[in-house]
Amino acid sequence: MKVLVGVKRVVDHNVRVRAKADGSGADMASAKMSINPFDENAVEEAVRLKEAGVATEVVVVTTGAANAQDVLRHALALGADRAILVETAEHLSSLATAKVLREITKREAPQLILMGKQAIDDDAAEVGQMLAALLNVSQATFASTVKIIDGKALVTREIDGGQETLELSLPAVITADLRLNEPRYIKLPNLMMAKKKPLETIAFADLNLSTSSKVATIHVAEPPARAAGKMLNNVQELIDVLQVQVQTNK
Amino acid sequence: MSILLIAEFDQQTLKAATRSAITAAVQLGSKIDVLVIGYNVNAIAQQVANVQGVTRVLVADDAAYAKPLAENFAPLVQNLSSNYSHVIAAATSFGKNLLPRVAALLDVDMVSEVTKIIDASTYVRPLYAGNLNATVQISETIKLLTVRPTGFTAAKDSEQSAPIEAIASTGDKALSRFVSENIQVSERPELGTASIIVTGGRSLGSAEKFEALMSPLASKLNAAIGATRAAVDAGFAPNEWQVGQTGTVVAPDIYIAIGVSGAAQHIAGMKESRMIIAINQDPDAQIFQWSDYGLVADLFDVLPKISAGL
Repeated sequence: MKVLVGVKRVVDHNVRVRAKADGSGADMASAKMSINPFDENAVEEAVRLKEAGVATEVVVVTTGAANAQDVLRHALALGADRAILVETAEHLSSLATAKVLREITKREAPQLILMGKQAIDDDAAEVGQMLAALLNVSQATFASTVKIIDGKALVTREIDGGQETLELSLPAVITADLRLNEPRYIKLPNLMMAKKKPLETIAFADLNLSTSSKVATIHVAEPPARAAGKMLNNVQELIDVLQVQVQTNK
Repeated sequence: MSILLIAEFDQQTLKAATRSAITAAVQLGSKIDVLVIGYNVNAIAQQVANVQGVTRVLVADDAAYAKPLAENFAPLVQNLSSNYSHVIAAATSFGKNLLPRVAALLDVDMVSEVTKIIDASTYVRPLYAGNLNATVQISETIKLLTVRPTGFTAAKDSEQSAPIEAIASTGDKALSRFVSENIQVSERPELGTASIIVTGGRSLGSAEKFEALMSPLASKLNAAIGATRAAVDAGFAPNEWQVGQTGTVVAPDIYIAIGVSGAAQHIAGMKESRMIIAINQDPDAQIFQWSDYGLVADLFDVLPKISAGL
């Protein structure tokens, strides 16, 4: 069984992102970039499926500029077999990204497609579900466990108020929650090996897709800061504050 | 503007998150059809009919809809969408699972996690875990949105009752099958829509102490209980109690953070709360930067006193 994993290059989760002075977007200048954390969970899960003898090949794919190769190398170092970069300098919407992944899916014919439940830059959580619709296949979002049994995927999802388990026909699209696994620490020999693994570049233009999006960002700003709070001296003051607040809240 | 809104409910009750989405819909237009998809959902349809702002209730009642499988729900919503300017759901795990699938079936882009509506095609949504707010404009003919329940008050019941119409099922696509669920049944208010939340961090020390200290306080305040990711990962509290970027995003009237350090991903999930009160042993804890009231104290000493003093 072949597994395709979608990954995205995003600002590292430790970076505190600020708005550009003109409000045109996030200020990304010199910010440290990393693989989207949820996508790293997806790669880890695919590699574990291969180690368990369930998956035969793990292919990672991303779309972006040439520098997005670094997150593909990271995925290869985690244990993916080969990588595909669909290269474009344009920003792609969720739907356009899903269409890129549809084209790669047609070419690679994987039985399982994994990716993070959302990217930590735009926090949209849309691409996986869109891809499943475009392929007319099953989906399981926010996955915390994935098992392949008798040609089906048994997936437990994190939902509001608890968990739910679904059985999916394959092929299927599954989006990873952080609880799916703990991605392994990459050792130096794996990094060296990753440099030798195949990384193919496909020009976005060759896929005959449009980059035009009907969602435009017109302004980006930091939310207003909260006013400075008051430190209380003892527990009785806190009880008094709470009593007043609870009363006015009724 | 005519709006199609997808309702979400448990066995007996319309979710408060859907009531918030109805309030968002009212800001977009005056014709609001609410679609109830399920199996044996007459009682839910009746509840929806009584909510203020609802023009009409559409009910798709079929065994294929007994569980909210996106593969079965999406084609139904897709078929109805062409009659509407907007299709809306609350940005819950249900709405976020369903609406992007509908969007791709309609070949449109969508806007997720809307926190504010500026006009019919312009909205505010958070980026980078709420570190930034983006104002976005969508020019699709059919505009699909998920709206954050915390950004909109819950619509109340009205005296009138909207008409209820049955619509045909699009059937079982047989792509996926519901196996089981593990839903915590609690007497307490739901985390995502509670007006008071008490949240515990890892410094509570153990599952037993978490329970012993948090429960009495939550009961006194009729509050929902939340937990930090660290407390959940340490096994002190179940996953579904997690407040933060990757858990539930909350904005109660009163948020009480107990032994919470204030990690960025936690702040992202609660900073819109009307009032934040923090108790922590560490005077330098980040949480105090975000709090209206702070108390530096030993949790194990003061929590029983607070519970007793209220």
